[in-house]
Amino acid sequence: MIEVRNLTKHYGSQRGIKDVSFTVEKGEILGFLGPNGAGKTTTMRILTCFMPATSGTAKVAGFDVFEDSLQVRRRIGYLPETVPLYTDMKPPVYLAFVAGLKGVPYRDVKKKVAEVMDDVGLNEVAHKYVGELSKGYRQRVGLAQALLHDPEVLILDEPTIGLDPRQIKDIRNLIKGLAGKRTLILSTHILPEVTMTCKRVLIINEGKIIAEDTPDNLTQRLQGSMKFEIRVLGADKEEVREGLKGLNKFKNINHLTGEGKDNSFRVEMKEQRDDIFKELPVFFAQKKWGLRELKQAGLSLEDIFIQLVTEEN
Amino acid sequence: MRNFLLIFQKEIRSYFNSPIAYVVITMFLVLSGYYFYNVFASFSTVSFQALSDPMLQRQSGLLNITERVVRPFFGNLSTFLLIMLPMLTMRSFSEEKKSGTIELLLTYPITDAQVIMGKFAGCFGIFSIMLLLTIPCFGFVVAWGQPEIGVIVCGYIGVFLMGGAFISLGILISSLTENQIVAAVLSFGSLILFFMLGFAATKAGPGMRDLLNYISFIPHLYSFAKGVINTADIVYYLLFIFVCVFLNMRALESKRWRG
Ligand SMILES: Nc1ncnc2c1ncn2[C@@H]1O[C@H](COP(=O)(O)OP(=O)(O)O)[C@@H](O)[C@H]1O
Ligand SMILES: [Mg+2]
Repeated sequence: MIEVRNLTKHYGSQRGIKDVSFTVEKGEILGFLGPNGAGKTTTMRILTCFMPATSGTAKVAGFDVFEDSLQVRRRIGYLPETVPLYTDMKPPVYLAFVAGLKGVPYRDVKKKVAEVMDDVGLNEVAHKYVGELSKGYRQRVGLAQALLHDPEVLILDEPTIGLDPRQIKDIRNLIKGLAGKRTLILSTHILPEVTMTCKRVLIINEGKIIAEDTPDNLTQRLQGSMKFEIRVLGADKEEVREGLKGLNKFKNINHLTGEGKDNSFRVEMKEQRDDIFKELPVFFAQKKWGLRELKQAGLSLEDIFIQLVTEEN
Repeated sequence: MRNFLLIFQKEIRSYFNSPIAYVVITMFLVLSGYYFYNVFASFSTVSFQALSDPMLQRQSGLLNITERVVRPFFGNLSTFLLIMLPMLTMRSFSEEKKSGTIELLLTYPITDAQVIMGKFAGCFGIFSIMLLLTIPCFGFVVAWGQPEIGVIVCGYIGVFLMGGAFISLGILISSLTENQIVAAVLSFGSLILFFMLGFAATKAGPGMRDLLNYISFIPHLYSFAKGVINTADIVYYLLFIFVCVFLNMRALESKRWRG
């Protein structure tokens, strides 16, 4: 459905993306993962015909984004990162305007707008101006405008950025509902987001694709570095450090925060699958220390990058 | 056509959703109304004096209402438009660039030409409302004297065409910057330059003089105010608009190139 070959984009002398290639099959959900400035937005803007690449080609449904721009744009629904909307219109009016531009037949516009507003849950704010809506609702209007012409391809640029946790959950559920019949590309800089929604992940950094895999495989590769955060009461920093070292299960015992007899550490397991949750409390009980917190450290994107980059070298 | 109408409608709506349309139309009417009142009042004073003063009666043109009221009025309309129209056009593309809405607009399946023409038509619509509201002034002229209706009609056609030219240039300039103030100042400045080209013509050599005179706004405006519709003048304005729209399309394209 989407075929990207050796796509390169320079902004003046500044690098946008370099030699990006990938394909997306019909009906697939692709996650585009990378830190800020990695080139996610740049790639999406080229795919949506907002700007052309410096070199390389991109095809959507067999049409070149530069040669057959109109054909491509007919098939794409796009939600830009900043969700730029006309603030002086009410959602139904705005959506009717967009539906017209996207070629929804006159007699279907009303029906289609009502349908999409239902789908994304906009009915309770239909009477407000877009400018007065909360970020979460604005995101929904943005999603709605992308969906109006039933596009074969949906491109969503960081659809959950800047939302509160409840809104994030709602939007993710919406996106999951959209998947299935459509081809979907979703960018994000948060790992759990792709593991929750995508079947395949591209990791992009500094304009280059550095890995491509399923979320499961990616997580598998990360199992080698099981990290935990431990908060201990009732002992000094050094005392705890010695104690943990004595267990001979951890490497890299780092003090995170705390002072006196309340300290947090981040530790890394030497081997996988040790039942740390059983053994540590017993050990602490012997020592008469309080175990205030014991949790698996979140698999941050930074971890992946460090992992991937060091693997490459 | 549908896309064009949708953009047109959206532009008109957003002019009236903000205070811009109201403020510009009101200010324009206040200025032109006040100016009209003044030329008309001084014309009537002179007319009354002329009743008892044969000297005044003999001065040709002094009592010609077309010459004394209609023509100066159209001349001044162009000045007011020169100030007011950049205020209308400045937001056209700049606002969309600033707020980012251009990113969505340009990724919809519509052509650049439809976007530009829709925006042009929207602005031209506001301008038409503004100009048509000055017609009641001429109600007085027709009620009080016998002006040449042909001159009035020609004057309006001329001002409409000139407004179109101002608007096309203003929209072109607003597509070059995301700052509305910069767009307004640049449009304002370049319009004045187009007026002043006529000044330079008086000092230039013969070939150059014709060229400068053709490019400048002033000669074209005067011929309409004389009550003649000259094909060359119509062609001038239409060409001006065409060139601006063409450059505007290039500007949008190059925006795509450079990102
Ligand atoms: N309009 C622009 N002008 C100049 N540089 C840009 C522009 N847009 C993006 N860049 C640069 O291109 C790189 C990739 O940016 P972007 O695609 O926005 O990354 P992401 O969306 O992954 O955060 C960054 O280094 C950024 O500074
Ligand atoms: Mg981005």
